[in-house]
Amino acid sequence: MSLLGKLSIEALPYHDPIIMSTLTVVAILGVVIAALITKYKKWGVLWSEWITSIDHKRLGVMYIILALIMLMRGFADAIMMRSQLALATNGAEGYLPPDHYDQIFTAHGVIMIIFMAMPFMVGLMNIVLPLQIGARDVAFPFLNNLSFWLTAGGAVLINLSLGLGEFAKTGWVAYPPLSGLTYSPSVGVDYYIWALQISGLGTLLTAVNFLVTVAKMRAPGMKLMQMPIFTWTCTWANILIAASFPILTAVLAMLTLDRYMDFHFFTNEAGGNSMMYINLFWAWGHPEVYILILPAFGIFSEVLSTFTGKRLFGYKSMVYASGAIAILGFIVWLHHFFTMGSSANVNAFFGIMTMIIAVPTGVKLFNWIFTLYRGRLHITTPVLWTLGFMVTFTIGGMTGVLLAIPGADYVLHNSLFLIAHFHNTIIGGAVFGYLAGFTYWFPKAMGFKLDEKWGKSAFWCWQIGFLLAFMPLYVLGFLGMTRRLNSTDNPDWNIWLYIAAIGAVVIAFGILSQVIQLVVSFMKRDELNDKTGDPWDGHTLEWSTASPPQFYNFAKLPHVKDIDTWTDMKEEGEAYKRYESYDPIHMPKNTSAGVTISGSLTVFCFAMIWHIWWLAAVGLVAAIGFYIKRCYTKDVDYYVQPDEIKKIEDEHLKNAPKEVTA
Amino acid sequence: MLIRNLCTIAFTAVVLTLAGCSGGVLDPKGQVGVEEKWLIIICTLLMLIVVIPVIVLTLYFAWKYRASRDFEVYTPKWAHSTKIESAVWSIPILIIVVLGVITWKSTHALDPYKPLEGKGEHMTVEVVSLNWKWLFIYPEQGIATVNELVFPADKPVAFKITSEGTMNSFFIPQLGSQIYSMAGMETKLHLIADEPGTYDGFSANYSGEGFTGMNFDAIATPTNDDFEAWVEKVKREGGELDSASYKALTEPTKSHPVEYFADVKDGLFHDIIMKFMKDHGEMNYYSKPKNAVQGRPEATRSHAQHSGAHETEAEE
Repeated sequence: MSLLGKLSIEALPYHDPIIMSTLTVVAILGVVIAALITKYKKWGVLWSEWITSIDHKRLGVMYIILALIMLMRGFADAIMMRSQLALATNGAEGYLPPDHYDQIFTAHGVIMIIFMAMPFMVGLMNIVLPLQIGARDVAFPFLNNLSFWLTAGGAVLINLSLGLGEFAKTGWVAYPPLSGLTYSPSVGVDYYIWALQISGLGTLLTAVNFLVTVAKMRAPGMKLMQMPIFTWTCTWANILIAASFPILTAVLAMLTLDRYMDFHFFTNEAGGNSMMYINLFWAWGHPEVYILILPAFGIFSEVLSTFTGKRLFGYKSMVYASGAIAILGFIVWLHHFFTMGSSANVNAFFGIMTMIIAVPTGVKLFNWIFTLYRGRLHITTPVLWTLGFMVTFTIGGMTGVLLAIPGADYVLHNSLFLIAHFHNTIIGGAVFGYLAGFTYWFPKAMGFKLDEKWGKSAFWCWQIGFLLAFMPLYVLGFLGMTRRLNSTDNPDWNIWLYIAAIGAVVIAFGILSQVIQLVVSFMKRDELNDKTGDPWDGHTLEWSTASPPQFYNFAKLPHVKDIDTWTDMKEEGEAYKRYESYDPIHMPKNTSAGVTISGSLTVFCFAMIWHIWWLAAVGLVAAIGFYIKRCYTKDVDYYVQPDEIKKIEDEHLKNAPKEVTA
Repeated sequence: MLIRNLCTIAFTAVVLTLAGCSGGVLDPKGQVGVEEKWLIIICTLLMLIVVIPVIVLTLYFAWKYRASRDFEVYTPKWAHSTKIESAVWSIPILIIVVLGVITWKSTHALDPYKPLEGKGEHMTVEVVSLNWKWLFIYPEQGIATVNELVFPADKPVAFKITSEGTMNSFFIPQLGSQIYSMAGMETKLHLIADEPGTYDGFSANYSGEGFTGMNFDAIATPTNDDFEAWVEKVKREGGELDSASYKALTEPTKSHPVEYFADVKDGLFHDIIMKFMKDHGEMNYYSKPKNAVQGRPEATRSHAQHSGAHETEAEE
């Protein structure tokens, strides 16, 4: 056994021009960024104020930066797939051989779900949730930092696979026996396993952290049924995470044992059963999609309520509907494989359970419609995303119910109809939601608003691009095209494949608009400055803080009597109150433990992937060592002194609207 | 507005395709497929009862209550109405109750494991997915083919499906349902072609590098005599399918050409399923009465510890 395990010069993809040029561009970008940081002497700031930060707002920002970078990577994969399929028609082979193409669709799925959508959702939750419930931070600030770095470690691993070895060629679900050692002997599936394990741990810790935060740290007086709706939907999502991610951890651990230690959980031989993997995978996988969508539902509710200048219609219905979705989400997993040959009774049960989810979802849509009713709707970018969602998602919901009917699924399963359906709900639902939330809370996190013109351009490109890219896939599904083909030979399909490719290009312009929007907004940040902390006349407590919020969030904890606390405070003249004295605030200190522990674990995972056993031992021991060191660190907190608080608060209140300053 | 126009265009496109399409699941040529097509259409129409009002109301209210129309009624504190809330809960519930009944009935009617009623005796074809090709064994004719499936039109076919290694899905869209093929297990599917013709068949579950080329022609011959003639042709041209030539077939190949076998080793399909069970008992339903093979084999269930796919037998 070599000192480097399976790692050798052969792991470098030097023979593949596409990958090599990508790597070159990435390397040049990396060097440029490092040079810029060095030039402006920002390494120290980066380390002490960001990397080691336990401030939930900064962690939120870092999560979203990670999500946006991964969005670029995942989208690059998407546009390669669409162009391959537009070129490889009539029996042509296209430019991506199966070996490469199969890695691309696997990476696209894993990256978009685990490293784009999840960090985006967790990032928004980090920034907003503690502010909405009037808390000064989350329950376990250090754990929050650790969670982020675990997620980032997973992202590092999955991107390493681009330049070192290969990624899985199994599809993002990695069904055995294909993902077993017999059919996937190389490191691809191992990258998949360890990247998901390490980031999954981060996600699970986040959920526990935020559940405790919501349970224990709400502002005085805030009852559960007075929590802002986004906080509620995040809480339901966190309950789902806490209940479902352990299943993923377990099923991946079993696959690991199969691949590393010759166990036979899922092999064909020796009594293994791959159906068990498929069941367990979806017992996590189905709740996962509700984990993605529920917080987005919360965002739409906040956006509509704010920009109609109205209370959310049917708050209680919304909370119960979210809960119903969360609970039902656990008993529908079998609809991912009606074609496995279960009995009609079993299939019909899971089909009907699945459709029942359409009831609370439909209720939500009607409640949003009645929030619009008799409101004063300002059609801003977040509102455009919301309206786009309401139209698009309804179509996605309908096709979802259709797929839930076993008789229909028998002919639509695994077809492009399915691909169109879940992109319809994940892009039209989750992604539109996160982008609405991104625009809505951007001034809160960064202190200035985003440029509206480029925001609207981004929305229209995404919306039109989405329809062009995915409506043809519904048609292709009906025409009998199955998923994961890397070339086609059916002239009837060509036109739809071309339209879909054009749609992907239009979405590319949407993403370009967003990049320009960020640059333009940054240049015009003085003009777009949000001085009051409440740029949209918001309803909930996050808008009572400065933008960006004071690091301790609230100088005095607000008292809550009802939902829409901030509206009440503004109406009762309680807002922007100046106090003569403040109490000291207890705050946690920054720590490097998160980045060292997860760095060591990432090394451990990398070594496990390549069978470098000595390095794996070093990584694991180091991670445990750093953890123990952190456990014995006593110097973890401090008090912010009243005079400092007063200085910060006076500075903020200088800009407060005059009429309520009194 | 733009969104609505685009949706209209998209829907028109779908409808046009529906009308003019050839091939695919909306152009079924067999009873199962026809029933599934109507199930899709009826359920879609039912759902449109909610979907269209939702889309129209969303856009209408967004237009009507936009900020610039400040003469419209504005009720900032209005957030509850028992009437509206009961309506928005009960309308979706009603539709789902109707859909639920349809689902329950259609799922039982279209159970792929159920032989087709009133169509007479089924012909048996044993299907094995290999990397990356399909092997069809005709136990009644004693022949086998690779990547070509032939049967008479109007004759119901009972497929018994398994896999050599990876999981695939056996699917002929124009005839109807698909079912997974899984190693060490047998799944079932019953289909019929109402019209003679050549239909595309393929694997609908990704199984690795050569998956794209895992296609076959499903040919429904006009008459039984045409089918018999084809069987004779296979017997004339085909080689022998014994353990050795089967082993050669298991080697991964891409876009495998059509192959014929005239002489098939007895119980080959059974051996393929049982090879993972060496010491776990025998599944010898080949020696059982004929109806045990046609119906739901008791032996499969009692012996296979991998029996999730076979739970269906319970209700019989």
